[in-house]
Amino acid sequence: MRKQQILNRLSSLEELKAIRESLIRSRDPDKTCVVICGGTGCLALGAEDVIAGFRREIQERGLEAKVDLRITGCPGFCERGPLVVIKPESILYQQVRAEDIPEIISETIKGNIVDRLLYIDPNTGEKIIYEHEVPFYKKQKRLIIGDNSNIDPTMIEDYLVIGGYAALGKALFKMSPEQIIEEAKKSGLRGRGGGGFPVGIKWESCRQAQGDTKYIICNCDEGDPGAFMDRSLMEGNPHSVLEGMIIGAYAIGGHQGYIYIRNEYPLAVRNAQIAIKQAEEYGLLGKNILGSQFDFNIKISRGGGAFVCGESTALMASLEGKVGEPRAKYVHTVEKGLWEQPTNLNNVETWANVPLIIKNGADWYSRIGTEGSKGTKIFSLVGKINNTGLVEVPMGINLKDIIYDIGGGIPGGKKFKAVQTGGPSGGCIPESLLNLPVDFDELNKAGSMMGSGGMIVMDENTCMVDVAKYFIGFLEGESCGKCVPCREGLKRMGEILTDITEGKGKDGDMELLERLSATLIDGSLCALGTAAPNPVLTTIRYFRDEYEAHIKDKRCPAGVCKELIAYLIDEEKCPGCGLCVKACPVEAITFMGKKKPVVLDQEKCIKCGSCYDVCELDAVIRK
Amino acid sequence: MVTLTIDGREVQAEEGVTVLEAARENNIYIPSLCYHEEVAPYGACRLCLVEIAKNGRQRLVTSCLYQVEEGLIVKTNSERIIDNRRMIMELLLARCPNNKVIQDLAKQLGVEKTSFKLEDNQCILCALCVRVCQEVVGVSAISLVNRGVDRQMATPFYEHSEACIGCGSCAYVCPTDAINFEDVGDTRIITMPNSKLEFKLKKCKTCGKYWAPERQLDYIIKKVNLASDAFDNCPDCRD
Repeated sequence: MRKQQILNRLSSLEELKAIRESLIRSRDPDKTCVVICGGTGCLALGAEDVIAGFRREIQERGLEAKVDLRITGCPGFCERGPLVVIKPESILYQQVRAEDIPEIISETIKGNIVDRLLYIDPNTGEKIIYEHEVPFYKKQKRLIIGDNSNIDPTMIEDYLVIGGYAALGKALFKMSPEQIIEEAKKSGLRGRGGGGFPVGIKWESCRQAQGDTKYIICNCDEGDPGAFMDRSLMEGNPHSVLEGMIIGAYAIGGHQGYIYIRNEYPLAVRNAQIAIKQAEEYGLLGKNILGSQFDFNIKISRGGGAFVCGESTALMASLEGKVGEPRAKYVHTVEKGLWEQPTNLNNVETWANVPLIIKNGADWYSRIGTEGSKGTKIFSLVGKINNTGLVEVPMGINLKDIIYDIGGGIPGGKKFKAVQTGGPSGGCIPESLLNLPVDFDELNKAGSMMGSGGMIVMDENTCMVDVAKYFIGFLEGESCGKCVPCREGLKRMGEILTDITEGKGKDGDMELLERLSATLIDGSLCALGTAAPNPVLTTIRYFRDEYEAHIKDKRCPAGVCKELIAYLIDEEKCPGCGLCVKACPVEAITFMGKKKPVVLDQEKCIKCGSCYDVCELDAVIRK
Repeated sequence: MVTLTIDGREVQAEEGVTVLEAARENNIYIPSLCYHEEVAPYGACRLCLVEIAKNGRQRLVTSCLYQVEEGLIVKTNSERIIDNRRMIMELLLARCPNNKVIQDLAKQLGVEKTSFKLEDNQCILCALCVRVCQEVVGVSAISLVNRGVDRQMATPFYEHSEACIGCGSCAYVCPTDAINFEDVGDTRIITMPNSKLEFKLKKCKTCGKYWAPERQLDYIIKKVNLASDAFDNCPDCRD
């Protein structure tokens, strides 16, 4: 099919429709299809063996005519990978190993279900057969990420079958650039990369800007610790991003596009490369797209992994081959961006929203979400949460629903303490605000931000001063170092926070942190610096008592800061079992004979807590 | 020409100039360390922050980068600006506690001491040296290396820079005297935060005085296409 297409680039809307129809006709919707997640999370959990195993099994049994195999991108439920779904029924098997494959194949062709591989709802103890009935998926609205399970990202034909590039056809032949911009404005779509700027207005400014040429950029430099939604989209559904970019380019009047992907995302780079090549072969990219006279090319530029290169002006500097440092944006990049030409940059997820809006209309889209934030948002839910993974929810859903209903709550029955949203420069939101509706404006009001959609859940064993120190440390390492407030200010914030966690905090430290924060916010050159104080300011705002305990009482209430805690043996309770002696990595605990309490040498103790974790009799005390 | 108001004074400025330039033209003082009229503005020291009001909205901008606009209202000394400048000076004073320029500027801006731990640097990483070397001299012999708190001004690999012509523009432009040079006998020695570079000086054919680095003279001869003996004599001995 593909070879034939290379010879016959699609040159009209009718040809696009015809090829879609013939592809759909050639497929049997009732044929069994084993869908295996080949996303980064599942690959890390051993999906490669599972994929190879299924391939071998199907071949050895000669089942190619009866069973299809589809390797997809990430469907989101990373916690339970490797994930296998049997279609068309959508039976979900979780944590599948290579040795499970013969049984899955045998039972599937008999029409049976492999009971032991089903997901068990930890709350009800009930086994759940179908993917869509798993609570993790139930409350989500998977408009963008949902298609990851429906396509093999390396097969453009899969994307065409599910209606891919229909929006592009509509845009090119039924709409003028102005109408597309109007639709984008009406939809209320705001940039998903962090800023939340209205997309239609950005496009309009770029269209109206004067320049020799105009550039279109897709920002796939996702660098937040714990965030993986952009990579998963690029890995799992690259054509949706390309389609969005082509529509945007047509609306703006650009003919050259760039996808800036960090090189640490090899699968995203590869799948984007494959997608571009296939789109070119089909005549969906390149000269005279679908016979519309519109030309647009996309190149991939690989980033070196600097967090600051996610900032638009630093990204453009890097794309030009310069050091990735931001510049002031008094002249907007839509006026003068890449190589001084009008440039429109949007994030991966933003571009992936565009085909949906064009296909279904702005009225449909703007019914989803809240007054100021429309559509859905993908979050990467990580940290102390039962269901680690990617979740896509309508804007306005509250935090509690995400963390408890979708995320399944906190592991080990521990208490929730805070959730950090928006990446390293987001804020920490406390339990009292769990009913907060999640949208751009509400998160800002709470002192945090949407950012690109990281969501890190913390439990009662987390020290909030330590958390602030961690994020400031990250930002300190990732600041480009150009401007004084960010470079020198973050260093000093790090010093003060380190002192506090080591029991060297002083009266006035919190006020100094606040004064420093004010200057970072007012004085930094780019958003890395202006947003950096968020973790400090929100932890002071919502967890002041923890700071005070560290500074005044030289105590870490969560028992995390090593300089402020000590482990002691309760001689009354210790039976001398020796479990802690074995667990201690530095031989600080001495076995004194049976039924005699062990002895812990404070000089040698590195306060790792291994003894505390291993003792089931509460004979190790943390002070 | 556009008309704007700076600290209550109506001033005229040419279109395209920055607020800092317009202010200086009118003898209105805005402190800055990384600005120099010979190179493109950079916006690193952040001391030149001013408050602007536009369409009823107030915000802080960097005056060395922000261009004048008709009707713009600029405040160079509001409480918010002073607080920010003082904090920036505290940060710089902690970085360079023994630097005379920083000490004096801190005092001038009302900062007597810093709240932070003291380091011992002379360089504030304003990149003026790097920018002059690239934009004016055109040799890019030095650059800023490493990222964030590890940022330094250095020659490539911290070794003797082969591109350096020894002209000393970097020392001339350095606002904190972190780069110095002196001519000792037949040698020019340039001292930078991370290196010491030596250059052979050319001897005047007539008076015998060592008067300029040979590499610099060779560079000029090549660049403007002069005769190879154009600099055999020092300026005093040339006809």
